[in-house]
Amino acid sequence: MLSRTADSLFWMSRYIERAENTARMLDVTFQVSLLPQSPRLRSQGWHSVLAISELRQQFDASHDTLTGRDVIEFMTRDADNPASIYACLRAAREAARAVRGSLTTEVWETCNTTWLELQRRLPGLALHADPRDFFEWVKFRSHLSRGVVAGTMLRDETSSFLALGAHLERADNTARLLDVAFVEATDESDGEAGDASLAFYRWSALLHSVSGFETYRKVYRDVLTPSRVVELMVFNPAMPRSLRCAVDDVIRSLEDVATERSLETLRLARSLRAYLDAGSVQGLFDRGLHDFLTVFLDRVAELGNRISRDFLVPLSD
Amino acid sequence: MRDTAAPQPYDEMFDADGRVRPHYQAFAQWLQEQPPEAIVTKRAEADLSFRRVGITFAVYGDEAGTERLIPFDLIPRIIPAADWRLLQAGLRQRVRALNRFIHDIYHDHEIVKAGIIPPEQVFMNPQYRPEMQGIQVPGDMYCHVAGIDVVRAGQGEFYVLEDNLRVPSGVSYMLENRKMMMRLFPELFSRIRVAPVEHYPDLLLDSLRAVAPDDRNAPVVAVLTPGMYNSAYFEHAFLAQQMGVELVEGQDLFVDANTLYMRTTRGPRRVDVLYRRIDDDFLDPLAFRSDSVLGVPGLLSVYRAGRVVIANAIGTGLADDKSTYIYVPDMIRFYLGEEPLLANVPCWRCSRPDELSYVLAHLHELVVKEVHGAGGYGMLVGPAASRAQIEAFRAQLVANPANYIAQPTLALSTVPTYVESGIAPRHVDLRPYVLSGRDVTLPAGGLCRVALTEGSLVVNSSQGGGTKDTWVLED
Repeated sequence: MLSRTADSLFWMSRYIERAENTARMLDVTFQVSLLPQSPRLRSQGWHSVLAISELRQQFDASHDTLTGRDVIEFMTRDADNPASIYACLRAAREAARAVRGSLTTEVWETCNTTWLELQRRLPGLALHADPRDFFEWVKFRSHLSRGVVAGTMLRDETSSFLALGAHLERADNTARLLDVAFVEATDESDGEAGDASLAFYRWSALLHSVSGFETYRKVYRDVLTPSRVVELMVFNPAMPRSLRCAVDDVIRSLEDVATERSLETLRLARSLRAYLDAGSVQGLFDRGLHDFLTVFLDRVAELGNRISRDFLVPLSD
Repeated sequence: MRDTAAPQPYDEMFDADGRVRPHYQAFAQWLQEQPPEAIVTKRAEADLSFRRVGITFAVYGDEAGTERLIPFDLIPRIIPAADWRLLQAGLRQRVRALNRFIHDIYHDHEIVKAGIIPPEQVFMNPQYRPEMQGIQVPGDMYCHVAGIDVVRAGQGEFYVLEDNLRVPSGVSYMLENRKMMMRLFPELFSRIRVAPVEHYPDLLLDSLRAVAPDDRNAPVVAVLTPGMYNSAYFEHAFLAQQMGVELVEGQDLFVDANTLYMRTTRGPRRVDVLYRRIDDDFLDPLAFRSDSVLGVPGLLSVYRAGRVVIANAIGTGLADDKSTYIYVPDMIRFYLGEEPLLANVPCWRCSRPDELSYVLAHLHELVVKEVHGAGGYGMLVGPAASRAQIEAFRAQLVANPANYIAQPTLALSTVPTYVESGIAPRHVDLRPYVLSGRDVTLPAGGLCRVALTEGSLVVNSSQGGGTKDTWVLED
């Protein structure tokens, strides 16, 4: 396969996954913001959204206030924000258009229809009356896109690069989500923290954001505890959006496309899995989840760079 | 329904007395049975579907319209089997002669020595490529894909309007229009026997493989596109996909040890046949335009060594130039010893003073075209132009007469077409796609372009024309 084609496939699915995760993140933040709480806590959720995506500076440059409404607007339909859902889906569609010949008609049409439908929906959308409706739509289009890839694409390099992009992005996004949620939960030291029901809703919202609430119940058949939520989202290899599962999926795709040049990258990915395997919930809490996730995110970024170098933009002729 | 005020051009569906011609009867019968609302629904469905599939067209110099749909009309152009037999034979004859001509020009110049074509017409032509002199190309084939524009005029006789031998486009519309008609009106195809065109990509791949360098037994074919912002990008991607070959840009290719390679995830892979959709000028910055970023440095030298085949060959523009067009009937007689089966449109060469003075005196009734122009840009349609337009054009013409030819304004045939006010006749042309590989072949069909503005003769999609499905009937 052409390196340029692989590059577009990789980024196409990264962008679709990113749009989905942004929708998930906004959804959970919106839900939590509906809980009874102090104004400070409420706005903290929206601060976190920007922190997760490392967009605070860019946001401040164009905004005087920071409300839920502002952040939702910025992260959904602000065309100037490269991380907005709009920009991600536009980039995904551009990438798909560049390689439409390598996609089945169904995959291309799904991506193109998402883009056309988005343009039709966004301008007049009563976004703030019921943002969840829009987030659901974004998630649903992402499900559809995954399904149509799984159901129609030949299982060759093309699917592997699509999978590689999606899973690498997912590993990154889930780690960020967890990081911010956890920082917030442990920061509730000003009296409200003692409010058990608030904590419950926070954790359950986090689980919902990775479609993990029912899974939690099924796996633990128990009340929500922070350590188990973390265990499920970091270590459980059967939980599709856990870090462990995303890394497994990255390794599988890398094995499928491996060349001599990419062996070091594969080794790095496997060592990232070993890093997860060696960890324990207790260890995480002792050491600090934030530190652990920072290392994880750095490794994921390094993997992305190496994949680029090995396959997508080969340096030597 | 029919406009009867003006003198009637030949209509493909109705005869001069307004009776449906025999080959349209089954269709007319069906159309009559359709409730008008159903057709309105189907038209909307077609639009939506073209958008979803992404069959869009970029128009240069038009910011807002970067992705526009080409209007698609639901009433097909139908060609009876007997007419098609004539067209097919005439087109194959013409393209054979054109291939022979290009080979001759880049080898022994027999036709020039015989005094049939003046040497300056060939060797002073900007489309003549000295780099091609003496180069052997497999099978002596040069125009692997030719789009020959054919019109019907007068009492229904066919004329060749122009030969497109460089990078003719539009074939994806021929295929997508058929797919659309079959999707919208499947029952029509069970009633009427329409020759299929869907195998075109197979024919194309077969032709391209047939001209691969001799020593390559499993030749690798790739389609070279200028990229996704080119107006015909959809078609490039479509053809690559349908043939199952890579769609490459210049940046994906490189030359090493006089061999052309593409950069893949598994390292370099040799390319044997390059179906290029970019002009000669941009192919190789070392040989042609040095500012081109679309091409591949060193490509020409690989080509000259016979280690890659470029389709269409470099330098075919010489033969589709509008000033060379005039000589095509003579080429057919010279190389094939046959009489041309399809006529040329009569033509005045503005480079000749006597012919120029005739043209200047009759600008209001002639069509004047740039010799090297394409896409309907830079032309004057006398009868449709304002006095001011004519005067502006006259100045250009006088300043550089050799740059123009003129033709009578043909009353192009019409086909009934959906317009704002209902169904009305609109002028059409036809571009069949002729392939030169092992042999010269063509699928039974082509792209039918229709001028949607009443009375307009300009059918180019860049000028707001639309398209129709073209049906060649089977006996």
